[in-house]
Amino acid sequence: MILPFLIIIPLLAAFLITLISGEKDNWAIVLSILAAISLLTLSIFSFFTTGNETFIYEMSGWKIPLTICLVQDAFSTFMLVIVNLIALTSLMFSVSYIKHYSGTWKYYALFMLMITGMNGVIATGDIFNLFVFMEIALFAAYALVAFGGKAEEYEAAFKYAIMGSISSTLILMGIGILYATTSTLTMANIAAILPTKDPRIMYWVGAIFLAGFGLKSAVMPFHAWLPDAHSSAPAPISAMLSGVLIKALGIYVIIRFFFNVLGAPQIFLTLFMILGSISIIIASYLALGQWDLKRLLAYSSISQIGFILLGLGIGTKLAILGAVFHIFNHAIFKSLLFYNSGAVEMALGTRDLRKMGNLKDAMPVTSTTSMIASLSVAGLPPFNGFFSKLIIIIAAVQASHVGYAIIAVIGSLLTLAYFMKVQRYGFRGNDKIEKPEVKISNGMKSAMIILAVLCIVSSALIIPGIREVTLDPVVSVIMNKTGYIYEVLGR
Amino acid sequence: MKQTEGMTLIVKTVTRISVWMILLYGLYIILHGHISPGGGFAGGVIIALAFLNVMLAYGRDFIKRWVNIGFLHDIESSSAALFLAIGILGMAVGGGFLANFISHGKLFHLLSAGTIPILNIVIAAKVSMGLFVVVWTLSIFHLDKGGKK
Repeated sequence: MILPFLIIIPLLAAFLITLISGEKDNWAIVLSILAAISLLTLSIFSFFTTGNETFIYEMSGWKIPLTICLVQDAFSTFMLVIVNLIALTSLMFSVSYIKHYSGTWKYYALFMLMITGMNGVIATGDIFNLFVFMEIALFAAYALVAFGGKAEEYEAAFKYAIMGSISSTLILMGIGILYATTSTLTMANIAAILPTKDPRIMYWVGAIFLAGFGLKSAVMPFHAWLPDAHSSAPAPISAMLSGVLIKALGIYVIIRFFFNVLGAPQIFLTLFMILGSISIIIASYLALGQWDLKRLLAYSSISQIGFILLGLGIGTKLAILGAVFHIFNHAIFKSLLFYNSGAVEMALGTRDLRKMGNLKDAMPVTSTTSMIASLSVAGLPPFNGFFSKLIIIIAAVQASHVGYAIIAVIGSLLTLAYFMKVQRYGFRGNDKIEKPEVKISNGMKSAMIILAVLCIVSSALIIPGIREVTLDPVVSVIMNKTGYIYEVLGR
Repeated sequence: MKQTEGMTLIVKTVTRISVWMILLYGLYIILHGHISPGGGFAGGVIIALAFLNVMLAYGRDFIKRWVNIGFLHDIESSSAALFLAIGILGMAVGGGFLANFISHGKLFHLLSAGTIPILNIVIAAKVSMGLFVVVWTLSIFHLDKGGKK
């Protein structure tokens, strides 16, 4: 059983780093990179060995209603692969990026705690345990956002902490209501007992959770904290927050709870579609007006989360496939874009698109990978973002939601527009930039190249033969809805 | 009598007596965690409060001479690692993470309940040192950045 190790390894790494590492040695880097490599290997291995099965791990040798269980199915292992892939590249990028900060070993310890939290949220089958892991990830994230120690970073972290606390309070309240109603905290048991109770409880808890986890995933009316937090953090942390944290803590839990526990009631699916399309359009317009590269990327994240939510809301098999594929794609290209912005900020000392220029000769790797990522996120073939968006749009048309399909198309066009702006002003502008004094290290370059290659290669996930072993099991877990009960409880 | 740092002589004298009682009470709560209400977290908070009591009465500088903050930090980190080690040991011996692999003993005896008292002690070390170091760090921060000198 692999799942507990995905939580134990980063936790142990975090505490070992605080114990043995200091200002002058490299133990923190060595330990965290080793941990991240083993986590990625384990998660890929568990993804390919799981297939369509579901494995349960019961803690301390107790049986299910009494213990905390970890659930290993295609969906959770799929998310684990995404989290640990981005975590590894982010660490590769971090090594030279955060050298100029003081107390870097604390950074690595917090980073490992954040991974622990996310892996825990994804692996667990117990809703209170999920809450605890969520708080671990969030507290590490608050500290990491403020890691630079400047006034605006503290402000962003404070704002993030306030919004995070409000959403956590809402979620805790929802968990309390669920526990009072069903007398259990295991999600599968809750799913089994809840339909026998007053249906109003389900709507009440659903609404609370939609607000709570909506805040975590920064869907449009709940998005206000994200542009500050994600643009103030150090670039590799922005990549983690935008690339995986909002998905592991927000989207993953929304899918798990609304599909596998509540059984996807139509009213919530309609809400997903409405919130998703609001996010797509408004966040795109807000991104269009930004001149700060990282703020633009942060707004773009909100808009892309809208696409995922729209796909979930349509709720057909094809739409879920599109949403799941877009979760993967967005993690890759958004992290890559944040690495690009970090590399540019390090070399030129600015994030303002107007102060950048033609970086083609000065920073070839950065400008090329940023081009690939921009084309992916804008949805141009043959990059991965094209296929996921296309699937979502086709699914919307097939389910006769033509209006939503048009919104998605407009959203894609707006995405293309603001990434044209990024390329036109930021990376391929008129002013030719001389070679900067600060060199981009090989670790940073290789992190960018790995993700850029994945942007192209992961398009292959849509080829039928490959799709059947990668995306289809994930979709079938989500489409199985409350079949989750039988998979977990075995009855 | 020269007033150097901290509070008045009365407070210092009372603290000198009470701090040991608070520590003893904390230890009692920790060691009886598995047979009565309380446990590692509650006892750990009480122990942290004993340290904070000394800090309030005698001032920050005295604490720095009295205990080695770096050492407390190490206790905190290593106790968390120890907790994980016990968990993994349970995995290796008893079948699940944190499985209770030591003999459970007799109900309501001090030495019973297998690994639970050990875990309580480890948690208490983590919580007490963590809480104390957090408050200590906050007080330093106040002095450096915003506090009046």
